[in-house]
Amino acid sequence: MKTRVLGFVAVAAVIGASINGLFVVPADMNQGDAQRIMYVHVASAWIAYASFGVTALAGLGYLVWRDLRLDALALAGAEVGVIFTAFAIWGGMMWGRPVWGVYWQWEDPRLTTTALLLALYIGYLLLRRLTDDPARRAARAAVVGLIAAVDIPIVHFSVIWWRGLHQTPTFGDPSKVLNPSAPLQFVLALLGMLSAFTLVWIYLLIRRYQLARLDWRLEDAARRGRVAAAHGSAMGAASVEEPAR
Amino acid sequence: MNDLRRGLSVALAIARKDAISELRGRQAAGSTIFFAALVLLLFGFALGPDSQRLALAAPGLLWLAIVFGGLLTMARLHQLEADDGAFEQLALYPVDRRAIYAGKALAGAAAMLVLGGLLLPVVAILYGVPIGGAWLPLLGAVVLGAIGFAAVGTAYAGLTIRMRAREVMLPLLMLPIVAPLLLAAVKATVASLGGDPLGELGSWLQLLVAFDVIMLVVGAGTYGFLLED
Repeated sequence: MKTRVLGFVAVAAVIGASINGLFVVPADMNQGDAQRIMYVHVASAWIAYASFGVTALAGLGYLVWRDLRLDALALAGAEVGVIFTAFAIWGGMMWGRPVWGVYWQWEDPRLTTTALLLALYIGYLLLRRLTDDPARRAARAAVVGLIAAVDIPIVHFSVIWWRGLHQTPTFGDPSKVLNPSAPLQFVLALLGMLSAFTLVWIYLLIRRYQLARLDWRLEDAARRGRVAAAHGSAMGAASVEEPAR
Repeated sequence: MNDLRRGLSVALAIARKDAISELRGRQAAGSTIFFAALVLLLFGFALGPDSQRLALAAPGLLWLAIVFGGLLTMARLHQLEADDGAFEQLALYPVDRRAIYAGKALAGAAAMLVLGGLLLPVVAILYGVPIGGAWLPLLGAVVLGAIGFAAVGTAYAGLTIRMRAREVMLPLLMLPIVAPLLLAAVKATVASLGGDPLGELGSWLQLLVAFDVIMLVVGAGTYGFLLED
């Protein structure tokens, strides 16, 4: 029930932030209306990174405590993260076409990093689908999630050295915070969108987590049913699930 | 101290076992190298007869061939263990998991080094790249690249070897991970072949060292979880 309320609040927040970003805030002087894409683009990129952080930490937690609930959280993070990553790349391409003149800018470190990020976590999700045993799946996924997480900073630094033309980040640079190049209204629009996206993100994480738990209960029941059936039909062998490795 | 020495001797024993089985079953190692050389030949056809263009693309093509051959090498080194349930035997030994990982990674790095070392002259001949004057930095890049590839490959081959669809899963998981390694190795190769006019060779080699160290630490830390599953 609480989750449902959160869902409604999240949708309302996104609608509000969108109206603000589309109609209330004025268009950028140089980039025109294309700059409005930045509100959703930057917000979804941040959310994507947060999701993969959740996946890595939950995976690490699983390896330590062996609790499948943590694995469900890791799965939720990866799946939601892949969606937001794809959305961020799509938004970046829509923005890049009018501003840079191309959809894909190879010299941009963040675009290439994000593309690899997408590939890494699609691999993570595929790996999960190909392993049936819950504990084995959780351990393998945790290892892949960890290796992917430590790889991301290396990818980022290596492509930065290619010399990019991406705008340097506006946040996090002290001189820019003290003397902002972006007007306050723009900054607030971005922060508003980020907050709205965060609500959606939390809602999706909770729902995906719940779905995973239900899914696995079903899997478990099916497995037990099959084992019982094998016993009942006097076939003897109980482990019909996975062949001996 | 004693633990370290024991771990080291376990790692060396495992690497030695892999090396011996590689040398005795020469066909598999040989055909992997032949495959990589064939890839280089086909790149030549794909990019046309323009020798200048080929020479320009040579560093990138060399490393792509090493990556493709390396994927087969990593899979093969773990196939040895998966056949006849040797992996389970390995997991049952009362030794540190990190030592087992170190041994497999060492064998993998050695195989990768042989692959890279043999492909270098092939590139030199096929694409007309003079490597004689730059052999030392080139060798450095190949050694560091081999270590990094084996560090990731050992963990991922150990993970995928008992999976369905492992033939596609190993490259699918590994290729995005080794992207920074590929990038740095290619840049280092370009820099060493061009006489390093911008003085950037050192930075790319450092990046390779960082990649190697990070992946070795993570691989050693997680390999045990893959063995026991």
